[in-house]
Amino acid sequence: MTIKNKAYIAGIYEHPTRHAPDKSTAQLHAEVAKGALEDAGLTHADVDGYFCAGDAPGGIWQMSDYLGLNKLRHLDSTETGGCSYIIALGHAAEAIAAGKCSVALITLAGKPRTGPMPPRAYGPEIDFEMAYGPTTHNAYGMCAMRHMHDFGTTSEQLAWVKVAASHHAQYNPHAMLRDVVTVEDVVNSPIISDPLHRLDCCVVSDGGGAVIVTTPEIAKSLKRPLVRLTGHGEAQKGPNGGRKLDLTYSAGVWSGPAAFAEAGITPKDIKYASIYDSFTITVVIQLEDLGFCKKGEGGKFVSDGNLISGVGKLPWNTDGGGLCNNHPINRGGITKIIEAVRQLRGEAHPKVQVPNCDLAVVHGTGGLLGIRHAASTAILERV
Amino acid sequence: MTDKPKYPAPVTNPETAQFWDSAKQGKFLIKRCKACGEPHYFPRSICPFCFSDKTEWEESKGEGVIYSYSVMRKSPTGPYATAYVTLNEGPTLFTNIVDCDLASLKIGQRVKVVFKPTDGAPLPFFTPA
Repeated sequence: MTIKNKAYIAGIYEHPTRHAPDKSTAQLHAEVAKGALEDAGLTHADVDGYFCAGDAPGGIWQMSDYLGLNKLRHLDSTETGGCSYIIALGHAAEAIAAGKCSVALITLAGKPRTGPMPPRAYGPEIDFEMAYGPTTHNAYGMCAMRHMHDFGTTSEQLAWVKVAASHHAQYNPHAMLRDVVTVEDVVNSPIISDPLHRLDCCVVSDGGGAVIVTTPEIAKSLKRPLVRLTGHGEAQKGPNGGRKLDLTYSAGVWSGPAAFAEAGITPKDIKYASIYDSFTITVVIQLEDLGFCKKGEGGKFVSDGNLISGVGKLPWNTDGGGLCNNHPINRGGITKIIEAVRQLRGEAHPKVQVPNCDLAVVHGTGGLLGIRHAASTAILERV
Repeated sequence: MTDKPKYPAPVTNPETAQFWDSAKQGKFLIKRCKACGEPHYFPRSICPFCFSDKTEWEESKGEGVIYSYSVMRKSPTGPYATAYVTLNEGPTLFTNIVDCDLASLKIGQRVKVVFKPTDGAPLPFFTPA
């Protein structure tokens, strides 16, 4: 049993807002759902599968009722932070392949700039971690610190990730940060949590996005370019009782190979990569884990503009990514899917569009890379 | 360190009560599985490695080395260092390095446990040995 070629992405929508004091969070979910359905040429009466995560106000039954989704046959609220929506993509494909639904809607939306973030949910580790002040910044900082120690990775190398994102964001009218920056700009910005500088960190933005996943038959009946899912993987990694802790790799070492194997391809075949850029170090570690380079060589791989479309060897996050474009509700998963679909459709900005882009990888982590997280990888193909 | 941060008291639960009761006596405990022999941290009743319920409390020397760290500069209560420390017994745990010059921290540096008071049981931290 495989999901290969059994589910197509028929609709995508990224909310143009980056600051939404005049809208409710639920309203943003509805607006992105409407946008993705219109992009697909479907209506909300067609939706029989719904996927949302921890950002959905109240949870999946409240949101599905609010949205008027009265024909649901399949519901999934798997919560794995920022990669929830990439996991949802795979779960939607599984449900479609099994005949459990035929039009699946995935939504993400939130307003961290104009409202409080929900408190982090702790589990049985609470008394052994919370008092020590874990945050995204220091959790990823500890990964970067060890990666530098083990492999000689430098702040200048990490900075190249931000430089690449900024080169792409200059062409995105919706991007929060559109100024092109240099390696010097990044390493001269203030340290937030060692060794990460302010410009090593992604933006905080309001907004959201949605994706429609459907059957091959329905996708072919619509007027949009055909993009299908050919492989998918998901995994988790944590301190694991403290045994053999290694912060220099992520759960991507499992989700990536699983997705590539299902698709029957290798990283060398990939024309475009959407890789979650919560921080610059996240991208370096993920590139290694996915097999684009050897472990420890990610810093060298991203240097000299190698992630810049039209310049380097791996065009990446051509919307400007989380580092410059958009990071709705501090979750970067859905925008990674959306930009990959734009690339495969040939609908990316002409300045960053990859020629003949027929194969893309979408990959993200969720949670705290340095503490416990999930990862998910999807391989998308233009038919 | 005149302005000492106030740490939250552990909530505790039946599974971890022994750990916190021992902390009150200045003892730092880990768990070891009698079935597979592996120590782990934070403590569980069932071994996370072999799933045996034959886990026992063991007093750790509270000594180890810094595996990695990050000095959090953007904090309303002032800078602090999160770290992973690998204990001599094996497990690596998440903590803060305290009572030291945060700019002098290094991976591989030797550290030892130090307890800090709360309104409940004291919390274990680490400081340069």
